[in-house]
Amino acid sequence: MNVIKLEHVSKTFGRETDGVHAVRDVTIHIAPGEIFGIIGYSGAGKSTLVRCINLLERPTAGTVTVDGQELTRMPERELRQARKKISMIFQLFNLMPSRTVEQNVAFPLKGSGLSREETRRKVLELLELVGLPDKAEAYPSQLSGGQKQRVAIARALASDPKVLLCDEATSALDPQTTQSILRLIKDINQKTGITVVVITHEMAVVKEICHRVAVMDKGRVVEEGSVFEVFSNPQQPVTRSFIATTSNLGKIEELIAANDPIVAVKPGEIVARLNYGQSNVSEAAISEVSRRFNVDVSIIFSNTEILDGQPLGGLVALISGDKVGEAIGYLSEKNVMVEVLKRG
Amino acid sequence: MGDLLSSIIPNVVARAPQFWKACQETFQMVGIVGLLSVFIGIPFGVLLFTTKPGGILQNRPIYFVLNKICDIFRSIPFILLAMILLGLSRLVMGTAIGVKGAIIPLTFATVPFLGRQIEGALAEVSEGLVEAAQAMGCSPWEIVWRVYLKEATPGIARGVTITLVSLINFTAIAGAIGAGGLGNFAIQYGHQKSLPDIMWTVLLLIVVMVSLVQAIGNAVVKKTTH
Ligand SMILES: Nc1ncnc2c1ncn2[C@@H]1O[C@H](COP(=O)(O)OP(=O)(O)O)[C@@H](O)[C@H]1O
Ligand SMILES: [Mg+2]
Repeated sequence: MNVIKLEHVSKTFGRETDGVHAVRDVTIHIAPGEIFGIIGYSGAGKSTLVRCINLLERPTAGTVTVDGQELTRMPERELRQARKKISMIFQLFNLMPSRTVEQNVAFPLKGSGLSREETRRKVLELLELVGLPDKAEAYPSQLSGGQKQRVAIARALASDPKVLLCDEATSALDPQTTQSILRLIKDINQKTGITVVVITHEMAVVKEICHRVAVMDKGRVVEEGSVFEVFSNPQQPVTRSFIATTSNLGKIEELIAANDPIVAVKPGEIVARLNYGQSNVSEAAISEVSRRFNVDVSIIFSNTEILDGQPLGGLVALISGDKVGEAIGYLSEKNVMVEVLKRG
Repeated sequence: MGDLLSSIIPNVVARAPQFWKACQETFQMVGIVGLLSVFIGIPFGVLLFTTKPGGILQNRPIYFVLNKICDIFRSIPFILLAMILLGLSRLVMGTAIGVKGAIIPLTFATVPFLGRQIEGALAEVSEGLVEAAQAMGCSPWEIVWRVYLKEATPGIARGVTITLVSLINFTAIAGAIGAGGLGNFAIQYGHQKSLPDIMWTVLLLIVVMVSLVQAIGNAVVKKTTH
């Protein structure tokens, strides 16, 4: 049973013929308790897609079902009711400047039937949860970016939602604050089982907290799977370029283009990028191949990290010896992806 | 005290009853029309803003009409507007002179003025707040109350202040065409009878009134800005 089901969702702004096709035929199913990432460059249609989940944007085609209710079929009034179970946080926090932190968090509780006392208690509990128990009386203008996002998260949780949508929720924050906010979201997900959809253009965010990820490009989902699958074995150029942005393995192309002495090759030598395509291979494969085929592997860059508890990454190396070709063949058999970048 | 006043502003003291009556009339006009403009002007401005294309209550015909009304009435100089509305005033209020006769022209001048101010104040509210409220399941009217009006309070206070200041100004002009009040008093005695102390007293009083309105407005703005 999926908590979010997008079936063939499209959104066109303007006319079908010459409008902007922001989202094209997207089908995504998200399971309860999952943290699902949607990554893509600016303009890929991520915000539009996420706004289709709570129908702030009405899809021009397709259906949206959240928690068993088909939102695309609902009249406005019912839809507003359903939205209370789908919370959202934003890049610029969107807190009400004229209200205190407490009043901001209590905003969605109006009309919920809670008494003043109950509301207050609930708000204080939420502020405790997000780590701001002493800021109830403060105004948003008195808070840092990270604190504002914490308040926004508390407000988002006030209506006991099933789903939390995060549209670039950490994009306005510095890396350290980003980490702390992501950790908070992860914590809340574990504690409450809330389903989280994370929109971002930052690879690091997806790696940090997502279980599954969809890569968006020009309005389409071009790749989807577990974070490990997608990033260890990227199929699409966009996905690869995302990986290149966070890993220094991408820098080798620049060095080669600049004819840097580091990558100068003699005849018979090659510069190759090796990516560990599977969890069971690691640097050990390199030393093995070096021994077996009597090749020298001198590492120029290495970039390995642990994702979902599995090592992911690779290295760029200068490989020389008589049996370079066989060495490469062997590595490929061992599920190491080899990309020869330069031959001597 | 009385002696002192008689020596500084002899002509005002000599016409004390007329002077007090003029003061009262001005206060009445500013009070009544001020309230009317707030109660009509704010909803007018809210509709003007929200029915605009892309607004949360977007409605082309309503916006078109309101926007035109606003443009037309704002472009007519007050003195001409007052004359044009003499007939309507007679019809509705039963008279075209005195405080009663001034209410309609003054209201027609201030409502569109305040409406535009309110429109501008609401435009200052970040779209993100509206989006957040929509995502929380708020209806358009809830958004008007809980987001636009609440978050634009400082801007609205500023708009009301400017409107009241203009209103004080308009009442003086209305005085010239039979509405009574301080404007009339100044013209009748200060100007036509060349009694400078009357002119200066009225001037000072109006400056004090405007300063007072402005000071209260500023205090409200300060108190509601966080
Ligand atoms: N309300 C709108 N009207 C017209 N075009 C829009 C609107 N919202 C988004 N777009 C267009 O849709 C495309 C996708 O935008 P968006 O979903 O914001 O991308 P992302 O969040 O991935 O940066 C862009 O080309 C953008 O200009
Ligand atoms: Mg976006």
